[in-house]
Amino acid sequence: MKEIRLNTPLDENMVRDLVIGDVVYLSGEIFTARDEAHIHALEFLKEGKNLPVNLRDAAVFHCGPIMQKKNNSWHLIAAGPTTSSRMNLLEPEFIEKFGVRAIIGKGGMSKPTLDALSKFGCVYLAITGGAALLSAKGIKNVKGVHWLDLGMPEALWILEGENFGPLIVAMDSNNSSLYDKVDSDTKANMSKIRKELGLD
Amino acid sequence: MISENTIKEVTKNLLKDAVTVLPQDIKNGLAKAYEEEEQTIAKMQLSNILENIQLAEKSKLPMCQDTGIQIFYITFGKGINMKVEDAIREGVKEATNQIPLRPNAVHPITRENPGDNTGLKMPYMNYRFSDEEYMEITVMPKGAGSENMSALSMLTPSSGLKGIKEFVLNTITKAGGKPCPPTILGMGIGGSADISMKMAKEALLRPIDVHHSDPQIAELEIELYGAINSLGIGPMGLGGKTTVLGVNIEYAFCHTASLPVAINLQCWAARRATARIYRDGKVEYITHPKEGGQ
Repeated sequence: MKEIRLNTPLDENMVRDLVIGDVVYLSGEIFTARDEAHIHALEFLKEGKNLPVNLRDAAVFHCGPIMQKKNNSWHLIAAGPTTSSRMNLLEPEFIEKFGVRAIIGKGGMSKPTLDALSKFGCVYLAITGGAALLSAKGIKNVKGVHWLDLGMPEALWILEGENFGPLIVAMDSNNSSLYDKVDSDTKANMSKIRKELGLD
Repeated sequence: MISENTIKEVTKNLLKDAVTVLPQDIKNGLAKAYEEEEQTIAKMQLSNILENIQLAEKSKLPMCQDTGIQIFYITFGKGINMKVEDAIREGVKEATNQIPLRPNAVHPITRENPGDNTGLKMPYMNYRFSDEEYMEITVMPKGAGSENMSALSMLTPSSGLKGIKEFVLNTITKAGGKPCPPTILGMGIGGSADISMKMAKEALLRPIDVHHSDPQIAELEIELYGAINSLGIGPMGLGGKTTVLGVNIEYAFCHTASLPVAINLQCWAARRATARIYRDGKVEYITHPKEGGQ
C-alpha cells in the first residue's frame, strides 16, 4: 500500500499510475459537486455557456458541506462524502466533457464510470463516510462558492485542500475496482452463508 | 407544568447531543469492530471513524455533515397532554442556525430549500402514549445515505422465515458500501406495509447491545448479525469483517394472507438522544446525562 501526495491541478500520468489500495493525500483546489451541480454543469455545456470554474485536471468531491458565514466569509464546519452512486448516470459525461482527473466520494460507482476512468485518465478516491470533521481538517479554507441558489448542500464550493485525506484509490484507470473485488468475495462467501441460514 | 420554552430548549439540547456525541452502545460497537478487523483498509476506515467521533465530542460540532432530517418520537405520560409541535419546530430552526446543522429539508418536487430544516410535516412527529409520570422526547437525525437503502417486501406467507432471510441478504448486498457501513439493520416484520416500515425505524431506537425480549426474535437477530458479517462487505464497503454493528428486529401480528418485511438501515453515525420532562418541568437527559445533575 503506497502513500502518495498529489497536488491539483492533477497530472494525467500521475493519476494513471495510481492503483487500487494506494493511499492519497491531496493539496490544492477541490470542487464540491453533488446531483444538482452535476446536472447544472451539464446543462451549461448543452447551452454553450462557460462554467464559473475550470474543471480540467480538477478533483471533484461528492460532498454537501456544512458551512457557516462569519464576518462575511464562509467557514467550513463539516465535509464528509455523499453517496457517489447517485451521480452514476451523470459522471461518465462529466469526466469526458470537463476533463476531471479525480472523483472523491463514498460507496463506489457503476461500470460506465469505471470505463470513463480508464478512457479519459481519471481516478475514484474513497474517503471515510461520516468522518466529516476528520476530512474538514484537510481543508485549509473556503475559496468561494457558485450556484448557492441550489442550497448549501448542492452548491459548488471551492475548497483549498492541504493533505486532504487519507483517500483510498478504490477505482483506478486500469479498470480495477476495490468494490468489484469485494463484490466477488461476497459472492464467494454466499454459498456457505446460505447453507448456514438454511436457505439451500 | 411544562412550558413551550422548556420543550424548545430540550429540542435544541437533544439535537446538539445527538449530532456531536454517539450513544455509548454505538461507541462500544465501533471500538470492538476496530479491535477485530484485520485488513489494513478496513482498520483504517474504523480508526478514521473513531478519531472523528473524538473530534466531534471535543469541538461540539456535528460528526457528519449530513445531519439528517429530524424524526421525533414523543411519548406522552399519564395525563400529560399538550401541543409540542410548534415548540419543537422552533427548536429545530434555532438549532440549525446555532449548532449548526445542514439545512436538508427540501420540497420533494421543486427541491426548494427553506434553509432551516422545516417544511410541510418536517420535522416529523411520531406520537405515542405511556403510563409514566413524564413526557419523553427522542430525536433521531436520519441521514439520507443509509435511509436511501431502505426496502420493503410484501412476502407471501409461504415464503416464511427463509423469505425473510433472503430479503435481508439481498438488501444488504445491494446496499454494499453506500449506506456507510458498519450499519445497524433495523427490521420490521409483520403488521402492514406502513407498520413494518415504522417498526423498522423504531427498532433503531433500541441500543445494539439489547436483544428483543422474544427469544425467537433475539435468536434471529444473532443469526442474521453473524451471517451479514461473514459477507465481507466491511467498513465503507471496502472489504472486512464488520458490515453491521447490530441487527434490531421488531414484529407485529399481521393479516393471515400477508407477510410484510421492512428494512431501515442506519449508518455508523447512529445518532439519537432522549430526554424526559416531568410534570414540574424538571428535565432528565437519558442518553446524554448532564454532569452535576440535570
